Amino acid sequence: MSLLEIKNLHAGVDGKQIIKGLTLTINPGEVHAVMGPNGSGKSTLAAVLAGREGYHVTQGEVLYKGVDLLDFAPEERAREGLFLAFQYPVEIPGVNTTYFLKAALNELRKHRGLPEVDAIEFLDIIKDKIQLLELREDLLKRSVNEGFSGGEKKRAEILQMAVLEPTLAVLDETDSGLDIDALRIVANGVNHLKRADNAQLVITHYQRLLNHIVPDYVHVLFDGRIVKSGGKELAFELEAKGYDWLIKGHKDQLQPA
Amino acid sequence: MIQTAQQRPAAASDPFVAAFARVEQARAGQPSWLFPLRKAGLARFAELGFPTLQHEDWRFTNVAPIAQLPFRPLLASSVTQLPSNFIATLPMASLAGPRAVFVDGHFAPALSNLGNLPKGVKVASLAAALVDDAALVQKHLGQHVRDDANAFAALNAAYFQDGAFIFVPAGVVVPEPIQLIHVASSREAGATANLRHLIIAEAASQSTIIESYVAAVDAPYFTNVVTELVAADSARVEHCKFQDESTAAFHIAALHATFGRASNVWHHSFALGARIARNSIRTRLEGEGLECILNGLYLPKGNQIVDHHMLVEHAEPRCASHEYFNGILDDHAKGVFHGRILVQRGAQKTDAKQTNKNLLLSDTATVDTKPQLEIYADDVKCTHGATIGQMNDESVFYLRSRGIGTELARRMLMHGFAGEIIDRVQHMALREVMDKIIWERLEMNPQIAERK
Repeated sequence: MSLLEIKNLHAGVDGKQIIKGLTLTINPGEVHAVMGPNGSGKSTLAAVLAGREGYHVTQGEVLYKGVDLLDFAPEERAREGLFLAFQYPVEIPGVNTTYFLKAALNELRKHRGLPEVDAIEFLDIIKDKIQLLELREDLLKRSVNEGFSGGEKKRAEILQMAVLEPTLAVLDETDSGLDIDALRIVANGVNHLKRADNAQLVITHYQRLLNHIVPDYVHVLFDGRIVKSGGKELAFELEAKGYDWLIKGHKDQLQPA
Repeated sequence: MIQTAQQRPAAASDPFVAAFARVEQARAGQPSWLFPLRKAGLARFAELGFPTLQHEDWRFTNVAPIAQLPFRPLLASSVTQLPSNFIATLPMASLAGPRAVFVDGHFAPALSNLGNLPKGVKVASLAAALVDDAALVQKHLGQHVRDDANAFAALNAAYFQDGAFIFVPAGVVVPEPIQLIHVASSREAGATANLRHLIIAEAASQSTIIESYVAAVDAPYFTNVVTELVAADSARVEHCKFQDESTAAFHIAALHATFGRASNVWHHSFALGARIARNSIRTRLEGEGLECILNGLYLPKGNQIVDHHMLVEHAEPRCASHEYFNGILDDHAKGVFHGRILVQRGAQKTDAKQTNKNLLLSDTATVDTKPQLEIYADDVKCTHGATIGQMNDESVFYLRSRGIGTELARRMLMHGFAGEIIDRVQHMALREVMDKIIWERLEMNPQIAERK
């Protein structure tokens, strides 16, 4: 069974249609990259998958593990193993990072019928993962994302992913704002978490992240639809030639919003 | 009886003035230099009367319920009425360190513990210090109070009998917090404790001072306190005020503080109790390169009013002042924040910031927030911001996207909103106690507590 099946999805926000017939299937063990110019619908796709409020689906369906994902609240999706790495991670002053992450992990464990972990067990779990993301341990004592640098925020997202061990991880522009070192650390973390029974959907504007996270499939999103799919070499082609050659034909038939 | 031409309509302040002669007799042992200070306070109070909503500094807080109280200055302590283990039941009592306890405005030596003070450090009742440390007290007492037409401070000058005197000599580090705990124990309406604290932290000293105001009764008493705080050059002072008065009571407090060159001062105000609570905070930054943080949290519910009214005066260059005040308001509660930053002509490179954030848990809670910048220098960085609203949707979504349900997400954010303020407490043991008190108080609210 496929992990994720998106069929003819039409979705938008604030009454504006942004995704206009998107179809995509992801199987366990696969890494997919969705690329596209600004405004093509990349972040809307991430928002719809995670269940962000205000986004509405007008047509099509999204099956996750064979059931209709759109019926579930964001927290239920998360407990079922869906994870969104935010493009702009939210700062939550006053909420301690360890407390937050432990609470999240325990929500997932409760959902799966596993015993909750206590503070000491949690520290054991998180220690290696902190090292994997090359983060300082004092970050755990700080408020969630507060005062983190741009790079730290993105690495902290992947740290959360490492703790929550999702079945499907959606990385929304995780590379934006990262310098080359941070990019390598983030990619290394993501690669480390790849398994035969999970999958990753990497949403990005630039090809450079894909030098580090090597996708099995690359899809080009334009005006709310996938206009081309291919292997990893498609990403290189895009890097060399830009998006214009691909979207030229489609621009002529742009649908009014 | 024939009325004379001099007669005027009775003012609410009259009984407060009339009690003076009677109270003055009870203070026979006090030094003579105090008398002019008291007389001046009385005259100023008689002149000002109680503030009304027409008074700009009081336009959001109606103190008429205080003016209407029968004025009963507490001339003696009723310490004997207090349950013997009362102090031990207070969360603050778990903190180690010296402790001066006051009951109804009067020092209670039997409940205090002032042994083992570091060398040269003095913690005593002000009434005793007026005699024992006359020169030092005379030099400072009343000298740091800014005359900004605060009738309550004037009333305090006229009537105060006791309070605390704290002196930390130059270069001395006091690792444990020095606690002043005030307990209200009078059930009489209008029973008034006029407390006066004088805190002197000499150059390069380090100390943490906690003022707590708690109640052993649920009654319409009145606490009227003025604290004068001096942090000399390079002193590091953390001053924490915790107010958990009876919700039938009135609490009017003023902090008048003067900070010296390169000093570091944290002032925290945790306002939980009282029917009407007002904190006037007046800080004068009169040395170069100092940093001060004014940090506060208020959690009114029912019909409570909590008012923080600040003036931060930058008089010298290269000083930083940051104000952070968060409020969580429920029911018909009202919050008032008035933050005025005054940057004097010479105070270049001032870095002043103020933030006031409010969470409203009910449709009937209200907040009046008034940030104000008054700048006479041209090379400064001053910012202010205020928010009033419900929970941030983006934050709720972020937590939910990690598997945390809406209810728990709301609770976490609420605690976090309070935690932002608590986390600025520098003294770790104090921070832990405050965290526990606030956490438990928030969990008592059915809107926040876990729904079982």
